[in-house]
Amino acid sequence: MKSVIFRAVAPFLTSLMVLFSIFVLLRGHNEPGGGFIGGLIAVSALAIYGIACGVETVRRAIYFHPMAIAGAGLFAATVAGLISIAARVPFMTGLWIYPSVLGLEVPLSTVMLFDCGVYLVVVGAISSIALSLEERGGE
Amino acid sequence: MAASTSPHADLSAALVLEPAASADWLVILPVAWCLAIGALLVMLRRKIDWHPYIAVLGLAGLVLIDILLLRHVLASGPVTMVMGRWLPPFGIAFTVDLTGALFALTASVVALAGGIYSLADINDSGRRYGFYPFLMLLMAGVSGAFLTGDIFNLYVWFEVLLISSFGLIVLGSEREQIDGAVKYGFLNLVATTLFLITTGYLYASFGTLNMADIARKAEGLAGTAPLMTLTALFVLAFGMKAAAFPVNFWLPASYHTPRVVVSALFAGLLTKVGIYALIRVTVMLLPLQREELSFVIALAGALTMLVGAFGALAQSDFRRMLGYLVVSGIGSILAGIAVGGPGGIGGAIFYALHSMLVMTALYFASGVAAKLGGSFSLSSLAGLYRRHAGFAALTLMLAFAVSGLPPFSGFWPKVMLVKAALDIGAWWLAAALLFTGFLTTVVTGRFFLLAYWRDAAAGEGTTVSATISPAALLPLTVLVILALAIGLYPEPLLSTIQSAAASLAEPSAYLNSVFPGGAP
Repeated sequence: MKSVIFRAVAPFLTSLMVLFSIFVLLRGHNEPGGGFIGGLIAVSALAIYGIACGVETVRRAIYFHPMAIAGAGLFAATVAGLISIAARVPFMTGLWIYPSVLGLEVPLSTVMLFDCGVYLVVVGAISSIALSLEERGGE
Repeated sequence: MAASTSPHADLSAALVLEPAASADWLVILPVAWCLAIGALLVMLRRKIDWHPYIAVLGLAGLVLIDILLLRHVLASGPVTMVMGRWLPPFGIAFTVDLTGALFALTASVVALAGGIYSLADINDSGRRYGFYPFLMLLMAGVSGAFLTGDIFNLYVWFEVLLISSFGLIVLGSEREQIDGAVKYGFLNLVATTLFLITTGYLYASFGTLNMADIARKAEGLAGTAPLMTLTALFVLAFGMKAAAFPVNFWLPASYHTPRVVVSALFAGLLTKVGIYALIRVTVMLLPLQREELSFVIALAGALTMLVGAFGALAQSDFRRMLGYLVVSGIGSILAGIAVGGPGGIGGAIFYALHSMLVMTALYFASGVAAKLGGSFSLSSLAGLYRRHAGFAALTLMLAFAVSGLPPFSGFWPKVMLVKAALDIGAWWLAAALLFTGFLTTVVTGRFFLLAYWRDAAAGEGTTVSATISPAALLPLTVLVILALAIGLYPEPLLSTIQSAAASLAEPSAYLNSVFPGGAP
């Protein structure tokens, strides 16, 4: 896009939105939010970046191919379910650990891993669609 | 602080607290395994050379898991695992009984055969399109549909396999394929939507989605809930999925367009998932309403058989003809569901399993014939018998099997179905079954005569490839051997199927597995 203002603002806007999407993802366990909505916010960030600076820039910025990101998310979600084999509880049971990092208790769970998987699937799949649509539109 | 406001409520009222036995994991493992391998293949999207080997190994692993699952179910009856430890009916239950385990095992065998055949059929561009990830995710959907014990979850697996099948059917993006995919996609979406609406209606009437819970409550609600409406809608939705008359037209219009291996997998797996869901819902959940509707189902079955057989007779394209034969087989299965009883349901299950193996093999044969003769058209294929007698013999055996002639796998289910139909006095249904068998024999005789026996005239039957790729021959041979083995020695399978049918009609073991303590 030709607007200089948009192009100058887009990187800041994008990084802010990606940060916000991760906040929404992590907030999602007990409050409104979660992987799906967080992923959508991240995709809209990437879409804005793509409109401002071109699709190639976005593809370079996210490094991995969007479909590979989606695959990694699906894998993470499946693994999150399978971890419960080790604890001898049924598939997809939520398991929690509370390691302490720098004196701060950080609750980690398979539920969160699953949600991160959902986040990655949404980011990968939707940005794959959005980026290829933008590419076609530019031709 | 009062006990009722404590955050640590009594969990034993809501959760399964005894540890899950390792063997119970077999219930969920087919789905999780396929999903994990599919995801891995998506991640490795640049290493397309690895895809076939990972996928074939993965499918071999799936066959192994399904064999272990069947053994486990044979040994200890229906097995249940509830996701996330929540007690049923609130947790989503995966419950596997003999029927589910048999279907899942046969599906995995078909998929493994397809995976091996694809080594000869799917080139680099097909791999880049993502054939193997789609195949694994399709198997996740198919396995999930066979193993789940929750009707909404069944809908979810239908969606999973539908989306993967869209990916498979447009593989290559040729004009014809898009045309076929639109017809396929549209009708399947309508059917899935109808299934979803009916499920919502069912939930409104029953207040539960767990199959065991529905089966338990159906009798009590017979006076108040609109069970007939529900059953009729389910029959229509699953009938569309299974390509039953009069909603069968999408199948012959789309199954001849994709790659051979994709057609073969679709013929073997997708319509049979619809049939399985129909059996599960009408026989186990709503048996009284199936009884009421039996005449309609029988009529639809007889017409599906005849439409399929006559349609096949009119075709000049190998794969289009096979599409109609798939439809015709669905008719026979519907006849079994309509007749009911151990003979009818057992015959339907047996016929479905036989049809999964044999129709897949026939599509493989059509692919090999097209490679050798350069065309799918029966008018330009010729002289295959003179050039490849062994391959012609394999095809002839499949032709016998699909027509229901001994000593192949199609014979026994047909005997069971005809006997069951005669036992309840539905002579016209038995006549339709036998007449369809006769017509199918004519159909297969016709194509064998045209494509195999007829000598190639000068300039006709151009040879594209003189040899058959071993990757194509191996799965074809194995499936023919399976069909022959089932035909010659049906006893173990037959007795398993009979107990599967009996436990569908009298699902107390299934209910006990979901609700071990009786009423919740």
